[in-house]
Order: sequence, then C-alpha cells, then structure tokens
Amino acid sequence: MKTMVNVALPKGRLGEKVYAMFAAAGFECPEIRSENRKLVFRNEAAGFSYFWVKPSDVAIYVERGAADIGVAGKDILLEYEPDVYELLDLKTGACRMAVAALKGFRDDPEKTLRVATKFPHIAEAFYAEKCRDIDVIHLNGSIELAPILGLSDVIVDIVESGRTLRENGLAVLEDIVPVSARLIANKAGFKFKSAEIEQIRRGLEEAVKA
Amino acid sequence: MDFEEEILKNDEKAIFELRALYRKYGYTQYKMSKFEEYELYARNKDFLVSDEIITFTDKNGRLLALKPDVTLSIIKNTSDVPGAVQKVYYNENVYRVSRSSHTYREIMQTGLECIGDIGAYERYEVLMLAAESLEKIGGRYVLDVSHMGVLSALFDESNVPAEAREKIIRCIGQKNLHDLAAVCRTYQMGKGILEKVSGLISLYGPLDSVIWKLRALSGGKAYHDALDETEEVCRMLESGGCTGSVRLDFSIVNDMNYYSGLVFRGYLEGIPSGVLSGGQYDLLMRKMRKKSGAIGFAVYLDALELLEGDNKAYDADTVLLYRDGELPDAVADAVRKLTGEGRSVLVEKRMPEHLRCRRLLRLRDGRIETVEDHG
Repeated sequence: MKTMVNVALPKGRLGEKVYAMFAAAGFECPEIRSENRKLVFRNEAAGFSYFWVKPSDVAIYVERGAADIGVAGKDILLEYEPDVYELLDLKTGACRMAVAALKGFRDDPEKTLRVATKFPHIAEAFYAEKCRDIDVIHLNGSIELAPILGLSDVIVDIVESGRTLRENGLAVLEDIVPVSARLIANKAGFKFKSAEIEQIRRGLEEAVKA
Repeated sequence: MDFEEEILKNDEKAIFELRALYRKYGYTQYKMSKFEEYELYARNKDFLVSDEIITFTDKNGRLLALKPDVTLSIIKNTSDVPGAVQKVYYNENVYRVSRSSHTYREIMQTGLECIGDIGAYERYEVLMLAAESLEKIGGRYVLDVSHMGVLSALFDESNVPAEAREKIIRCIGQKNLHDLAAVCRTYQMGKGILEKVSGLISLYGPLDSVIWKLRALSGGKAYHDALDETEEVCRMLESGGCTGSVRLDFSIVNDMNYYSGLVFRGYLEGIPSGVLSGGQYDLLMRKMRKKSGAIGFAVYLDALELLEGDNKAYDADTVLLYRDGELPDAVADAVRKLTGEGRSVLVEKRMPEHLRCRRLLRLRDGRIETVEDHG
C-alpha cells in the first residue's frame, strides 16, 4: 500500500489557490471540488489525503503530526512558532505585517505605546528589538477600529493593498515583515516519508516558478 | 514475576527494557531528589528545554525548584577523575511547561550520561545505546546524527557575524532554504556561505549516500575534522548492525554554547515529536568548571502512550454480577474459581455504564451463568 501523505489546507481563498497549485503539480484529488460536507478527501492510489482546516490551526495539525504537511501563512508561523520544517515559500497570499495608525499620528517615545493586534507575539518581538515599551491589546478582529476609537495608538496587522486602512483614515507607519504562504512539514513525519514529501515539494517548487 | 507483560503500559515497558540495556554496559543508576537549588538552573537557562521552572522556598529559606532537568544535577555531582569515565543512567520525573498546552507537566524521562575522558569508543557506545533504546521501545525508528563542529567550521571559514549566525541556525533547524537566502542577502554575505549552508540542509540521509557530497562542500581542516568524527561513529554503528536507521541530518542544531560536537535525535514512527535527544556537551562541562568531557541522551517517555499497544480492547476481562440475597461465600467461591482459571474478575451488582468487558457472567443461586462472551 502506498505511503499516505496527509495534507492540511487552510480553508478559504488562500486554500483554494494553494489546492490549485497542488493540482497543477500533479497532486489532484477531484473529489475535493464537489459540493459536499466531507472534511477529508483521500486519493489512495496517488498516496495523499487533504483536509480543510481553519488557517490558524494548520500549524497545530502539522506540529502534532495529524497532518504530515500543510500550508500556513508566515504570519501564523511567526506568531505561534510551531516546531516544524518550513520547506518552501509558495509565493502566494503575499501581503505584509505592518504598523499602522491614524494619518498624522506622531509617536511620543516618552509614553508607553498602546498597540492593538491579533499578533501579540510578533508585536512584542518587533518592539523589543527597538527597546520600545508597549502595552499590547490582544484583539481578535477588526483591528483597524482600535485607533479610530482611541483604544490604541497603533495597530500591528496584515496589510494587502492598504485599501481598508486608507478608507478608514489610517496609514502604514512601518513595515515589519513580508508574509506569504509557506509549505510546512512535521519533523518526525518527514523522517519516515521524506521521499514522498520531497516529491511534493519539488512539484510545488516547479508550480511556483511557472 | 506474577503478572503478564501486557498489563504494562508502553512507558513502563520501556523503563524496564532500557534499564536492563544500560546495566548490560555497566551503567549504574543515578537517583536524585525531586528538588534542586533553583540557582543551578538560573545559571544555565539556555541548556534547558524550557526556562519556566516551578520554584518554592523551603523551610530554611532557600529557593528550590522542582527539577526540569537531570543532566545538570549529574554534572554538578561528578568529580574530575583524569583518564576515567563515569557511566550513569537515570529514570526520573521532570517538571516542565508543555509547549502546546502552556501548563506545567510531570514528564517521565530516562537517559544516560557518560562523563570523563570521552573518545571515539565512548561516542560510539552512547550512540549505539541510543539506537538500541529506540529499537527496544519498538517499531520503526530513525536516529539522526549531526555535529555542531561542522556548522561552526563553516561559520568561522566565512567570518559570519554573530547576529547572522543565530538567524542562520534557525533557518537550518527549519530546513528553510528561502529564508536562509534572505538572511544572507540582508547581511550581504557571499554566495559561498549560502551554497555551503544550503548544501548542509539539503544533504541528509544514510552516511554513504551523503558523505562524499558533504566533504566536497568545503576544504577547511576544522570542517573535515568534524566530519571525520561523525563518519567514524556512523561507520562503527553500521558494523554493529544499525544500518539504514542511522542518518546524517544537519538540521539538528543544539545550542552552540553547550554543544561543540556530535548531536543526535531519535524518532519513532507514529510519534509526532522526537523521543530521544542527546549530544556531546563538553562546553557545558567547562561552564560548570569541570575539566572532562561528557556525552549522553534523554528519552521522553510520556510520548510513548501514542504508540500501538496502549489501546485496550476491553476495560475488564470478566464482570460477574450478583443479586442481593446471594450468599457472600458463594460470591467469593465463584471469584476464586474464575481467578484460578487465570481470568481477572470485576464483581458488581449492576453492570457499570460505559464499561467494555470480554465476558459478562451472572451468579444465580451459586451457579455461574454466561450472559455475553466476546471470546
């Protein structure tokens, strides 16, 4: 029986794009396209199975071996720092982590900076490197509201085109790090399935170059 | 011994098998208390897996810790005896924060340390015992071997700045070629070092399939000396019969402040994280003002319950039900008869909810009736 490689894909727009890359690389599972409530899609002959997972959970499935490989955004990887291999930059879902604030905001270094964010670990690491004292406000969504309502001075959040920020009177102050989708692998699973995982990595690398 | 092996859980079986294995090579057991002075760990925080330690003040006002590690205590209590080698094994509970649940856990850990005049034979013996430990625990295993001297030689050859070293080490640990290229660009390092480190990351596998390409990556003496030490121990393991499961993999990186030589990790199929971790930690010995070298490893037993063998088909073998009015002597007689047949028996008046048993019997007027039998 062929060795099965289990792949965790992020639910949503990014996941659709990523699945298309897998399919283009020859790792198709046609069943996944049909409308149904199934959670796991298996292609026994080709030796892999896919399942849709909440994007922020992909790294957990991979770290704990429930998935051998998965695709997660670099933002999630930087925030949670799972102990996994990061085998490839898929160069899709490209955006950046940035500091933003109301247009015209001026940072007073004598005050503690209030930072609202969905990524407290990234925010703390960024400001620690600058030795800047901050107060982290951990929010779960609509981060742009925080400086508008005076909850925070700045936000640390993902920025794509910047349109949401502009439409709400905010502007990017500083870029922190570029973000894109990454192929990750469970370290122990990699030891026993390295040939199969390398084959997938090479196939995706070709798809990225194309 | 009056019990069957199958009642032992995977971690219990491992403890006994490994104890027998280590004693076979003359290792004696090191036993220690649950508590150590907190200062020992505070001074060596980077050596620990996690620096979150449970502390408390004892009756004399000293700050103590529930031990997160055993190696540091063993080193603290060794004496430098030139030319000699001390060999100890241990089986102790350590207290650490779990990465995933962020709560403290008691973790059963076994392992050994070989302290003193460490040479090629001692390195081989410890790695051989690591491989045998994995084999005894059962199933397919992989023992990945690496050498910190290989990496530090490459760094020194190319004068890689200290800041960059940390970032490069993180990329190597993640087999992350793309971020490695970005780091080299940021620090304006030549193509040479990028090619060498990328080569190091990509060349992994059994010794013979990678050693020649590894040798070709650099010409430096320190680099080849480190590879010599690695090749020597791997060849000895091969002649000892550990073919196929021992591999070179330089993505194993341990803290360079403590490990300057061989480092290794063991994996068992079916367990998502490494179960064995070790290395030669001469630099830690120096830090603790000991003159000799040391090499050892730890086996994390709490992960073993994920292996096959710990799933029981039944919670109980035989359940014997009796009614009010049944003579207690008759119940006792029935139980003696059943246990005498080698069965385990749970006596109840009512079948417990959610209990799965192989056989369900009923005692009626002193006679045993079978209600269900799953064979």
